[in-house]
Amino acid sequence: MKKDDEQLKKKLDYINSYENSINIMEVCGTHTVAISKFGFREVLNKNINLITGPGCPVCVTPAVFIDYIYKLSLNTDIIIATYGDMIRVPGSKPSISLENAKARGAEIKIVYSSMDALKLAMENKNKKVVFLGIGFETTTPATAIAIKEALKLKVDNFYVFSMHKIMEPAMRALLQDESLKIDAFLCPGHVATVLGKKGFEFLQEYNCLGVIAGFSEEDIINGLYEIIDSTMKKDFDTKNAYKRVVEDDGNLLSREIINEVFTVKDDYWRGLGKIPNSGLGLKEKYNRFDIEQLYPLDIKDEDTYNGCQCGEVLKGKMKPNECKLFGTVCSPENPVGPCMVSGEGGCAAYYRYHL
Amino acid sequence: MCLGIPLKLIEVNDAEAIGELNGIKRKIRIDLVKGVKAGDYVMVHAGFAIEIMKEEQAKEAIEILKELEGVL
Repeated sequence: MKKDDEQLKKKLDYINSYENSINIMEVCGTHTVAISKFGFREVLNKNINLITGPGCPVCVTPAVFIDYIYKLSLNTDIIIATYGDMIRVPGSKPSISLENAKARGAEIKIVYSSMDALKLAMENKNKKVVFLGIGFETTTPATAIAIKEALKLKVDNFYVFSMHKIMEPAMRALLQDESLKIDAFLCPGHVATVLGKKGFEFLQEYNCLGVIAGFSEEDIINGLYEIIDSTMKKDFDTKNAYKRVVEDDGNLLSREIINEVFTVKDDYWRGLGKIPNSGLGLKEKYNRFDIEQLYPLDIKDEDTYNGCQCGEVLKGKMKPNECKLFGTVCSPENPVGPCMVSGEGGCAAYYRYHL
Repeated sequence: MCLGIPLKLIEVNDAEAIGELNGIKRKIRIDLVKGVKAGDYVMVHAGFAIEIMKEEQAKEAIEILKELEGVL
């Protein structure tokens, strides 16, 4: 912590002057890492409970999706194009991962962008290139544009497996869980660049405070300061503590492109189960790019139990280091669950900074 | 995947642009930000600019990136 900065120190003292207990959940992987890295849990009083929520898209991907992708990747006419984060995520068994599929001869290519996946399809006309579409509102427009380009350029061997999710229904589900008692959300700054402050105003229906925050130490202190200050004043209006980047209306163009290509569907979240209207599938016009049209995904049991308690961690019911596998059976070198795999996962952040 | 990277635009061609950070150049898409030109700073997620930034904001974001470097 930059304790030398007087103004920040005053704000921290103010936050710590709050005497009641308060549960604050962050729902962004970058916030998870920043909170651990800057040591906020050590600096804040114990009554200010910072909870890691389901903000890492890799972490909320259910095992059954990984099993499906694994099986898909073993087809000799398929190339899987994916962001690097997905490579080591285990499915229902530790042996089921894209890394292991690659060792078995599957063609798995790491791409930096959806457009790289489209390019790969254009260069490999004799194969089906399946791009793993994953993420919230910051990465969904990128997948949408690649699909629109594929239609325009008539690339008929480009496919998408859409695991894109919407944060609002998950936040609503968490708020409806009476065992959780979330008082405030530290809202994700980058998702908010797309959704705007207005995209989080639904929290007001629950008398739950939402404060949009950035990612520096100062940004997070400002966000927490705003949460405590508004809580003391019983003011539950959604706030924006990241005004230099986030606008009230967000990025309309991004939302239009998402709505043009995707349609809302029920979706599965690791640990949270099936949440109505929380995922995005391709609209009928773009069906031909949907890999599920060729290889239907059959969901019987969305979660299989292997001792991993990522689900409880993602719901904020358990701190990562309270899981019995943490640091013993499960570590970043040998991850059992996705929260330990992703650099943005709560377990990986705890392992790095709190062990 | 989720961490935004601030880049300075060096070249702009229709929906594509070349962005630069610390001397490393990268081809990006600018479909989601209207009216950007060379010299502007943008926040890039997964190869797409999602927000235009002021120079001062971008430099600050680069500092944050350095602080979190090696983690994400």
